[in-house]
Amino acid sequence: MTKQMFRSFASALAVGASLFATQALAKSDITIAMQLEPPHLDPTSAAAQAIDSVVYTNIFEGLTRFMGDGSVVPGLAESWEISEDGTVYTFKLHDGVTFHDGTTMDAEDVKFSLDRATAEDSANAQKALFAGIESVEVMGPLTVKVTLSAPNGNFLFNLAWGDAVIVAPESIENIKTNPVGTGAFTFGEWVQGDSITLNRNPDYWGEQPALETATFKFISDPTAAFAAMMAEDVDVFDNFPAPENLPQFEADPRFQVLVGSTEGETILSTNNKQPPFDDIRVRQAVAHAIDRQAIIDGAMFGYGTPIGTHFAPHNPAYVDLTGKSAYDPKKAAQLLADAGYEKGLETTLHLPPPSYARRGGEIVAAQLAEVGIQAEIINVEWAQWLESVFKGKDFGLTIVSHTEPMDIGIYARPDYYFQYDSVDFQTLMNTLNETTDPDERKKLLGEAQRLISNDYVNGYLFQLAKLGVARAGVQGLWKNAPTAAIDLTEISWSE
Amino acid sequence: MLRYALKRLISLMISLAVASVVIFAVIEVAPGDPASFMLGVNAQEDTLAALRAELGLDGSKIQRYFSWVGGMLMGDFGTSYTYRTPVSQMIADRLWVSLPLALYALTLSTLIAFPAGIYAAARRGKPGDLTVMGATQLGIAVPNFWFAMMLVLIFAINLRWFNAGGFAGWDTGFWTGLHSLTLPAIALALPQAAILARVMRSSLLDILGEDFMRTARAKGLTRRQALWRHGVRNALIPVLTIIGLQFSFLLAGSIIIEQVFYLPGLGRLVFQAISARDLIVVESVVMLLVFAVITVNFLVDLAYAAVDPRLRSRT
Repeated sequence: MTKQMFRSFASALAVGASLFATQALAKSDITIAMQLEPPHLDPTSAAAQAIDSVVYTNIFEGLTRFMGDGSVVPGLAESWEISEDGTVYTFKLHDGVTFHDGTTMDAEDVKFSLDRATAEDSANAQKALFAGIESVEVMGPLTVKVTLSAPNGNFLFNLAWGDAVIVAPESIENIKTNPVGTGAFTFGEWVQGDSITLNRNPDYWGEQPALETATFKFISDPTAAFAAMMAEDVDVFDNFPAPENLPQFEADPRFQVLVGSTEGETILSTNNKQPPFDDIRVRQAVAHAIDRQAIIDGAMFGYGTPIGTHFAPHNPAYVDLTGKSAYDPKKAAQLLADAGYEKGLETTLHLPPPSYARRGGEIVAAQLAEVGIQAEIINVEWAQWLESVFKGKDFGLTIVSHTEPMDIGIYARPDYYFQYDSVDFQTLMNTLNETTDPDERKKLLGEAQRLISNDYVNGYLFQLAKLGVARAGVQGLWKNAPTAAIDLTEISWSE
Repeated sequence: MLRYALKRLISLMISLAVASVVIFAVIEVAPGDPASFMLGVNAQEDTLAALRAELGLDGSKIQRYFSWVGGMLMGDFGTSYTYRTPVSQMIADRLWVSLPLALYALTLSTLIAFPAGIYAAARRGKPGDLTVMGATQLGIAVPNFWFAMMLVLIFAINLRWFNAGGFAGWDTGFWTGLHSLTLPAIALALPQAAILARVMRSSLLDILGEDFMRTARAKGLTRRQALWRHGVRNALIPVLTIIGLQFSFLLAGSIIIEQVFYLPGLGRLVFQAISARDLIVVESVVMLLVFAVITVNFLVDLAYAAVDPRLRSRT
């Protein structure tokens, strides 16, 4: 009897220990929440960042790729040679790479992908990235030659974008609902309106990731986001929508908060061709009327870095020009008076839905009112913003975060919605495009930043922060967002 | 009866046709181009034109209206601009969440409202009645999204009895699916239950004053027997009307609750589709809801006429 009892006690112990052992094994699945659901899963035919968040480097890979620190490294291209004059790139592809449907990834696929992006009926949202490509030639199964019409110092950077990933002609037809790429994860299931599941690709050419499955969940409501995190229904929230709740997560040992930087220059965009903003004194007055820190504190709960030009502060080529437009309401009022607006002026302030715009807009309007600029707040949806502000150019001021990486080139487009038309700047950009020497490029980029800052093209507010929340055991998450991506390949659970 | 039904049917057809024109016009008039929403700020003009042609957005509005209506008559709701999947498939998927949620909420609200209303009516003017009426007043006043947040805070974050949101899917089992719909169903049900309880109470009070109730008591039934056998049964007619109205409200009106609990239902589909200017989805879902409401009304009309012959001759 006692023997039997002892035996059952011992076996119970053993069961308990084995249970404990399996629990101690690191988890291999993860649930990641994001605010917006991708409309479909083809990164090469839409601008929606949510698509890249799910598929970039996970399902699809390009010839080059971004790392979490913003650097560009080889992707499907193992190496490359650039001709003396900078117009011919010869890429050598990785051997033994297959798509998820089993077909081989070779030079033909690269030619297909690039030709598709540059084609006349291309639906690529960033067609300009490929504008300089003159021809793509297959030199061998793993060798591709790309000829540019002019040297382009940004070419390898451009190829790292999600819009430049390599796709296969065999699977292109259903790419939007059944994406087939070369990445470390294969597409599993999409419950529309709810979640997308990815599974580890056992045949991946590179290093096997630690995760076996990853589920992306879509939670748009900030309160629901907070609840889902607190209840530990999700393990990671990629870009947490309620900054006011972050201190609570910071204080809780169950969670970690990752504050990083994005490529989003948040600016008070100004219609440079519409009076009174066609007068540089008025634009300068607006710049001096704005107290950036008050906006960051009030609208973003302190998260965000002040900027004085259209450039990301974490970039080595960044020049701090915030002093050019320091908060000085007296000077602003004086400038307005000089421009003939002693009695003040009236304008509109269009605000798209994100909280940086809606919350920030209220503060900006109050600050402008103090120097005599009455800005009427007009709240718009994104579709309306695109229609009336971006396309119709029917606005005085608007707040928007320009999230594309390295997008200072938009100032060289006189028909761009803020309508800055400067021959000096356009020439500068042409020189930059033809320059491949890194030091020289850095110098030119500095000049470009100074030029738009001196012209007070827009009110430069702050660099949008990336606010991630995760369970304490999650490792390998990107802190910064050099591009919209949730790179699963490095993520693991600590023991 | 047949002539009456035919007349009702014709009026149903006309209502649907008018509704389709109004829905199409209102939604198409709203500013915003689906193609530029999808391709973003760096899209080139030729890319936009190519996408518009692909989506069939380059035809005239009148052409598009007729191809939309024509498709619907054949059971084809078109293809979503953004998701690129058939709209009918999307609606069917979402109905598997919204319909059970509405039914669940309706069941809960009925289960709460009936006893509460009957109890209050039976104890008219006494503390029990006042308590129930006070509680229903509160139930009507409290917005359901706030109530939903409180439920999440207590039952998901503190007690961990439920998930904070999301839908487990019916393929994980009936009870798991039902479990994940419980908090949203309660949040939806309580305000409805409060309304229903008040209707139940006042309807029952009207009946309790009728002559036949006195007769029932006179023939020897106890108060309780009279209340249950004759009172409640007769009080049900106005209550059922309200339940019918509430059902269409629950089906169409759970947008906010679906956001708070991030449920993949019809409400969330419409919400997403509106901001993405996925016009065809918005138009088709709204049309479907209109169709559901009009059809329910049509059936109710027929049922009334079957019960009450006077209605047939009046029209």
